[in-house]
Amino acid sequence: MKKNFMIAIRMTIATTLLLGVVYPFVVTGLAQVLFPKQANGELITVNGKIVGSRLIGQPFSSPGYFRPRPSAAGTGYDAGNSGGSNLGPTNKTLIDRVNGDVQKLQAENPAMPVPMDLVTTSGSGLDPHISPEAAAFQVPRVARERSMTENDVRALIAKHTEGRQFGFLGEPRVNVLELNLDLDAVHPLH
Amino acid sequence: MTVYPKKSRSIWDAEIASRAVWDSFAKLNPRTLMKNPVMFVVEIGAALLTIQLVRNQLHHATGFAFEFQITIWLWFTVLFANFAEAMAEGRGKAQADTLRKARTETIAHKLKADGTTEEIPGSKLRSGDVVVVSAGEFIPGDGEVIEGVASVDESAITGESAPVIRESGGDRSAVTGGTRVLSDEIKVRITSNPGETFLDRMIKMVEGASRQKTPNEIALNILLAGLTIIFLLATATLQPMAIYSGAPQSPFVLWSLLVCLIPTTIGGLLSAIGIAGIDRVIQRNVMAMSGRAVEAAGDVDTLLLDKTGTITLGNRQATELIPAPGVTDGELADAAQLASLADETPEGRSIVVLAKEKYGLRGRPLSSLEATFIPFSATTRMSGVDFGGRVIRKGAPDAIKKYLTERGGTVPVQVGEMVQLVASSGATPLLVAVDNRVLGTVRLKDIVKGGMRERFDHLRAMGIRTVMITGDNHLTAAAIAQEAGVDDFLAEAKPEDKLALIRQEQAKGKLVAMTGDGTNDAPALAQADVGLAMNAGTQAAKEAGNMVDLDSNPTKLIEVVEIGKQMLITRGALTTFSVANDVAKYFAIIPAMFAGAFPVLQALNIMALKTPQSAILSAVIFNALIIVALVPLALRGVRYRPMGAEALLRWNLLVYGLGGIVAPFIGIKFIDMIITSLHWA
Amino acid sequence: MTTNGWLQILFFLFVVLALTKPLGVFMTRVFNREKTFLDPVLRPIEKLLYRLTGVDETREMRWTEYGAAMLIFSGVTMALTYLIERVQNRLPLNPQKLAAVAPDLAFNTAASFTTNTNWQAYVPETTMSYLTQMAALAYHNFISAATGIALAIAVVRGIARREKDTLGNYWVDMTRATLWVLLPACIVGSLFLVSQGVPQNFKPYTTAQLVDPQTVQITGADGKATTQVVREQTIAQGPTASQEVIKEFGTNGGGFFNANSSHPFENPTPLTNFFELVLIFAIGSGLTYTLGQMTGSPRHGWAVWCAMAILFLIGVTATYSAEARGNPLVQTTANHLQPIGNMEGKEVRFGIANSALWAVVTTDTSCGAVNSMHDSYTPLGGMIPLINMLLGEVIFGGVGSGLYGIIVFIILSVFIAGLMVGRTPEYLGKKVEAFDVKMAMLTVLIYPLFVLGFTGISVLAPKFGLSSLANAGPHGLSEIFYAYAEAGANNGSAFAGLNANTLWYNSTIGATTLFGRFFMVIPVLAIAGSLACKKHVPESAGTFPVTTPLFTGLLISVVLIVGALTFFPALSLGPILEHLLMYAGKVF
Repeated sequence: MKKNFMIAIRMTIATTLLLGVVYPFVVTGLAQVLFPKQANGELITVNGKIVGSRLIGQPFSSPGYFRPRPSAAGTGYDAGNSGGSNLGPTNKTLIDRVNGDVQKLQAENPAMPVPMDLVTTSGSGLDPHISPEAAAFQVPRVARERSMTENDVRALIAKHTEGRQFGFLGEPRVNVLELNLDLDAVHPLH
Repeated sequence: MTVYPKKSRSIWDAEIASRAVWDSFAKLNPRTLMKNPVMFVVEIGAALLTIQLVRNQLHHATGFAFEFQITIWLWFTVLFANFAEAMAEGRGKAQADTLRKARTETIAHKLKADGTTEEIPGSKLRSGDVVVVSAGEFIPGDGEVIEGVASVDESAITGESAPVIRESGGDRSAVTGGTRVLSDEIKVRITSNPGETFLDRMIKMVEGASRQKTPNEIALNILLAGLTIIFLLATATLQPMAIYSGAPQSPFVLWSLLVCLIPTTIGGLLSAIGIAGIDRVIQRNVMAMSGRAVEAAGDVDTLLLDKTGTITLGNRQATELIPAPGVTDGELADAAQLASLADETPEGRSIVVLAKEKYGLRGRPLSSLEATFIPFSATTRMSGVDFGGRVIRKGAPDAIKKYLTERGGTVPVQVGEMVQLVASSGATPLLVAVDNRVLGTVRLKDIVKGGMRERFDHLRAMGIRTVMITGDNHLTAAAIAQEAGVDDFLAEAKPEDKLALIRQEQAKGKLVAMTGDGTNDAPALAQADVGLAMNAGTQAAKEAGNMVDLDSNPTKLIEVVEIGKQMLITRGALTTFSVANDVAKYFAIIPAMFAGAFPVLQALNIMALKTPQSAILSAVIFNALIIVALVPLALRGVRYRPMGAEALLRWNLLVYGLGGIVAPFIGIKFIDMIITSLHWA
Repeated sequence: MTTNGWLQILFFLFVVLALTKPLGVFMTRVFNREKTFLDPVLRPIEKLLYRLTGVDETREMRWTEYGAAMLIFSGVTMALTYLIERVQNRLPLNPQKLAAVAPDLAFNTAASFTTNTNWQAYVPETTMSYLTQMAALAYHNFISAATGIALAIAVVRGIARREKDTLGNYWVDMTRATLWVLLPACIVGSLFLVSQGVPQNFKPYTTAQLVDPQTVQITGADGKATTQVVREQTIAQGPTASQEVIKEFGTNGGGFFNANSSHPFENPTPLTNFFELVLIFAIGSGLTYTLGQMTGSPRHGWAVWCAMAILFLIGVTATYSAEARGNPLVQTTANHLQPIGNMEGKEVRFGIANSALWAVVTTDTSCGAVNSMHDSYTPLGGMIPLINMLLGEVIFGGVGSGLYGIIVFIILSVFIAGLMVGRTPEYLGKKVEAFDVKMAMLTVLIYPLFVLGFTGISVLAPKFGLSSLANAGPHGLSEIFYAYAEAGANNGSAFAGLNANTLWYNSTIGATTLFGRFFMVIPVLAIAGSLACKKHVPESAGTFPVTTPLFTGLLISVVLIVGALTFFPALSLGPILEHLLMYAGKVF
């Protein structure tokens, strides 16, 4: 028993060093050499300024931008405090919020049904994507605000739409931050 | 399977049933009931609810009718379980009463050192005393005949009215206390002390007084106790959740749920199954020393069976007469029959019969013949007749050969070959000679008992390997083994070979069963996991085995194996049934509990039970009645079909698993319809 | 439900199936100490470890010593984790200058990571330093997984050995599980994850300038709302990939970030999602083959695998269909025209199919990582993860714990139904007797005792129990029930609306994780010890078959019935009631 106790203490120290220190340092070293961009969060720089990460969603509320999904992370898209709403399916707050958002969005574009992802929060609160339907839904507003033709906007959406990986994994999606940055580059707001 | 009508009673024998009804009340004693955790919980519930019922009445609370019925049915549940046990015990008790009559005080004539006898009460005899028993007297205790031979009526124990012979020395020396000497006088050395006689043990056994739980029963009891605790937890913690949901439940409803969930069906029938299993063994006239032995019989992997008496009829029979060249069939048959007329052995008689049936030769009255009969003797190994100047002899081939050589005769080559051929086919050849001429060969064959092949096929399907033990030579043994369909055989076996074979099988992890009667079988009987001794055998053999067959029929071992299996299957089947029942009970009780507060939960009321109260009551009533309904099954045992484990399991799962899920849905709905039409709830 | 959704689910199961035999064979070789292709690299490290720590690798242990060594090691490592959390503010690799972790939270976290639970009552980004994440939390992801595998192997040896009273050496099994099974795959896997975009650095959090600055309302501590303009986004960083891979492979589930595997940094693409899903099932699935191989009955291993796969498919079907059906209370025409179901708490890149699949996979095993928020699932969609845990996580299960969990169920199945073939029940040649049944029942009992017991207390206590609820009505009951269910099952996923970072929940959930792991393991080891000593009964036509479809069906029924019967009342007042009320149009 005492022998096993001493082994346990020595084993704790040895394995903590091996698995808790050596392993992550080795992986970090290799990662920084092999994949320097990905290992540091795929940051996007515009004019020398970091404007975000390709993988992390950002809040957009101005009518000239494509809006992302609602976010429950902090005050919205807080990438230091990720998380979902955790509201249950019969929670009045959730149902009122969703149904309220549906009405608001429907008023904005009566021609199309409101896409589900535009009125629901994501699990992380940092979802960088919206569905192609959710992007299409916003086309009239963005085109109007930016004085672009709807077809030009649709072309941009198509450019930033990722299909299913290998044709079957995941869902088709549009990266909101990249789309909006491209919009700004191609057709800046006044 | 042999049926013993004289001992079997109907399941619902009126006398037994009425005694069982009274016993079920006596068994309400919590100290007795504590041994059965499942039923003990039900009793606590019934008692607490009775108190609650009285208190509610004092406070003039409403809902009496429902609460009263629930309480009553919980009491019934306990009583029904007690009844099942009492029924099982009752059959044993009735049998014990018969046996007790045999134990009536006898007077023993104890032999003193000076050769005179003294009269003492039979109950005062100690092991080692010698008594003299004369015709018409009861043998005062278990013992061994040390002098004399007598015919004994053992019907008190075996139920068999034909008297049996008991004689000193050899394998038929054991006598049992309470049996009666019919003729002659014997000296018996007593081998048991007062209260420990065979009869005493048998009475205890059938009464269930010395009943200890078998290993599987203990394990099953643990499982049932565990399930009871789990459901206790589930029910106890339901109340806080019900309060959270705004629908607190009355203790009557909660106890109903608990009693329906815990495995009361198997809990109530478990001990009855065990008692009834032993009872079934006893009804086949087998005295098992413990329930453990019967259970072990169900686990047996290898059966060692003595050839003679078990696989074959005790005696060989003549099946064919093969004449030597130049001899007619009739000539040979005539000589063979004449040589056998005075031969009273079964073999001899079978030759006479064969000659008569096959060659139309009628047996001739001995007195009318001027003949001198030569009986069989161990030295000459021949028998025969000197008749009308002719000397007719029949005997073992080498004996006849020697006899002929002495008289200047020879055995033709063809006859020698025939002898070889007969021997290699598993039969025993005899030669018949007239004067110094060989007339031919008689084929004496071992006759395999009818139905043995099917029996062994069944055993094989059950996964049991049969090994035939015989003193015969390898060739003969192989031929009989082949004919009988056993899996293996041990030829030219000596008692120590038997013991070695058992050890060898056990080393491979197998459980071995065997039968035996002789003193030299005792070590092997003791070594075997299941040893069935013949009652007619020696005391040593009976002591060494863990079962005694009162009919001394070695084939009984197979039946004991089947009973052992049946006992286990019945337990497993009723456990499965009991647990599967819970599904339906949930669908009856849960919506009933909460549909008041949440009408949407009516969606779970898939049986469409009338009212919440009728639903709960129906479940409780079903739960109680199913115990009674299954009493016959518990007592009789689940029908056992000899087949492979996979097929057996599939069938039983279908009947008791799936059936256990479906049956209560129908039963509860049916009860609900009745009680609502009677306006009970 | 869509064809493409099912295609992904079935393809996933196919890949798991394909990995089972190679992984199983590999693990058999590792624990039988046969040669493997990794020996040239790992054997020297292994020998060095034994020399440093004083382990005699030839020494065999009885079950009691095996269990004691495991308990002592767990105790010591748990103490170190607690210590690191408590003093992380004075240790390096804390670029965000995070404070020491509070005592009750530190206990809860240490207990939950030691037990392979990885319940997180905290937000990692704002609570745990990089060093704590690596050396205390990710470290335990290795150790608790290796311990689980070691225990499973010890139990399998118990079945396989004949008339021997030892089960192997805990230190050796744990070390070999770490070095051969976990570490190499983690190094390769973490680099793959980095290549897909999972960060791996020691940098402080990045500040990005928002493209479209936001005006937000913030409710202060005094309850007054103030308006504020947000111009920056703080992006959390850190050594994520190295933890992410072992988090899934060791079925630990403790996220580097609060949002766990729904966070785009932990799980950036459908491909990483698929990869992580496979990692979660890999070892549990492989161990079924190891069970078959080590006991000389590979067909038995497959029979167990099939039972697990069928239970998995039942769960996926139920959750996927419930989520795809969506929430009837949401009045959007989109429900009809764009049938993408209940997207609350789910990521667009995964959609309904991958989210439902993950929810089932993570609760079939003791992983508990989430790629969508279970609390926001429809009542029936969320009930399946709950049931998966209530069944004891035996559907592939936690690494090791899934196997020894299913073995307990097998023993019960063999015992109940085995009697029905008319023999003393036996499992792979070992007779199942009173002691084994007692220990099996003990493991089955312990779980509902704590789960139902603590749930019962919590729902009656408005002050410390109900005040943490984010949702009222039946969903509130589900939240509390889920919390203890996951703790007892060492899962770590959550109906995260429950604020569990309170003294009551931290201590009771922490205790439940400890009981759920160690009270379970000890009786299981006792069974192994008892089985190892027994004689082997040769198989015959009368032997209970454990290799056939019939056995698979029986095992499934026993798992379902034992689980369902125990928890049906609680489920009926939680998710089932909520489901019925939801369709009746009721909100809380």
